[in-house]
Amino acid sequence: MRGLGPIIRKELGDHFSSHRFVILFGMAALVAFMTTYLAAMSLKEALEGSSRPPFVFLMLFSTPGALFSLLQFVAFFGPLIGIVLGFDSINRERVQGTLIKILSQPIHRDAIINGKFLATMITVAIMLLAIILVVTGFGLLILGVIPGAEEVVRLALFYILSLFYIGFWLALSTLFSVTFRGITTSALSSFVLWIFLSFFLPLLGDVIAKGMTSQEVGSREQIELLIKQAEIKETIELGSVMTLYTKSATLLVDPSRKTASNIVIMGAMEKFLSSRFKNPLSLDQSLLVIYPYALTIVALTILCFGITYTIFLLQEIRT
Amino acid sequence: MEIKEIIKTFDLTKVYGKETAVDHLNFAIREGEIFGFLGPNGAGKTTTLLMLLGLSEPTYGRAFVAGYDPVREPLEIKKVVGYLPENVGFYHDLSPVETLQFIGELNELPQRELRKRIDELLTMVGLSKDRYKKVGAFSRGMKQRLGIAEVLIKEPKVLFLDEPTLGLDPEGSRDLIELIKRLNQEKGITVLVSSHNLQQVEEISHRVGVMIMGRLIAVGSMEELGREKLGVGEGEYSLEELYHLYFEEEANERVRTHN
Repeated sequence: MRGLGPIIRKELGDHFSSHRFVILFGMAALVAFMTTYLAAMSLKEALEGSSRPPFVFLMLFSTPGALFSLLQFVAFFGPLIGIVLGFDSINRERVQGTLIKILSQPIHRDAIINGKFLATMITVAIMLLAIILVVTGFGLLILGVIPGAEEVVRLALFYILSLFYIGFWLALSTLFSVTFRGITTSALSSFVLWIFLSFFLPLLGDVIAKGMTSQEVGSREQIELLIKQAEIKETIELGSVMTLYTKSATLLVDPSRKTASNIVIMGAMEKFLSSRFKNPLSLDQSLLVIYPYALTIVALTILCFGITYTIFLLQEIRT
Repeated sequence: MEIKEIIKTFDLTKVYGKETAVDHLNFAIREGEIFGFLGPNGAGKTTTLLMLLGLSEPTYGRAFVAGYDPVREPLEIKKVVGYLPENVGFYHDLSPVETLQFIGELNELPQRELRKRIDELLTMVGLSKDRYKKVGAFSRGMKQRLGIAEVLIKEPKVLFLDEPTLGLDPEGSRDLIELIKRLNQEKGITVLVSSHNLQQVEEISHRVGVMIMGRLIAVGSMEELGREKLGVGEGEYSLEELYHLYFEEEANERVRTHN
């Protein structure tokens, strides 16, 4: 496509030389470093003297070291990366008067939005890869574990899923930067939506679930009521990309988990069996459980970018 | 000698919502001339330029620029037309060389040719000493000269300059006007320059079009227009009177808001 190459090159240069990127990357690397170190130390302690369970390497990602695991860190910090790198991508150029200049060069209009999006995704991909490599290095150093073939595949899938997850937030903040002229407005809108979806929606789910079931108190068994509440809450929480991501990423990185649901109803026999034979799920079985969630993330990302793309292409230059 | 028309419009119209920004515009620009587009702010000059470039779609009517239709072949037009927008912006972290490099790459110029042109242009606009400084530290005049270098990098046949002297000091304006004249004479570039400054337009333009409220009320050489009485609204005015009627007010307004 005409003009795509130069725009990607310029945007990459901008990202890697910006203070914003340096701060984000520094912060992410530092936290990843600490989390992994703590996780590795606690794993080492737990595994002392006992035989090594399968997939120790992946545990580096799912074990909470101090406060959170690396996976939770990506779930929480990923949106921030997407938003911070994208909230002013179009409207800054509009405000400073460079957008019209680029548009009057012989390039297709979509080269601008595609180029910017791709360049930022490349930046994110490099950032995330660096973090994963740091973790791998730690695994080798502290635990002396080398990832097996399946672990590498699972990790690669986790990497791709995380890119789509961050890509969703990037597409969303780019959407705001296309629709809003003010840079502060687009930044604030992105952050508000992020906070709402990530923190308030679970809270809201809780309230709604309790409200919906409150009339039935007494008419049912207590335990059934609790299950119903939990089900409603879980359904509402699925409205947040963060939940979708956490569920699918957890299953990818932790093969011993067998369901994406938080509530598991087990009979006595099932309970006995699951404790007796605690074998990890095979990769295809894990994928079978996560694919509706993972697919939704991919679809949301594509949809969000599609909307952004269309609006940008149809927009009048002057308003 | 046959006169070739490089730009021609037929009833070109642009409506934003309920407002008609450009109203049935019919005019032609000849190859190799400097055409002055005179009009107060909001008269529709910039909208017209955007439509001619294919950056904005006309609501009605057609136009041809260098033989191409802006609606159908905007890319072909952008290859031969250099457009310097009003209040053009720059990437503050880039140097003039990097800026020109980027614009040249967008025009798919081969590297060797591009480097040669960057050297020539920076010398021509007098920025070769500051070639590695960041544009963020440039004065307005320097930025405007860099803007001219940017539009010239594709070696255009036509230049669209939108209020190029706005905000420049008298010396900067004079330099810029000299540069435009030189480009026209030496390289035969057709120039369409929009401005609300009567004196400047008078100085450089071969012909002038006067635009008010989306309508082109007069086209001709400065002498022709000076003699003619132009009908606007209820009365008839000379160009000078017209200028004071519409443009002075605008200019004063500008001064007031600036202070």
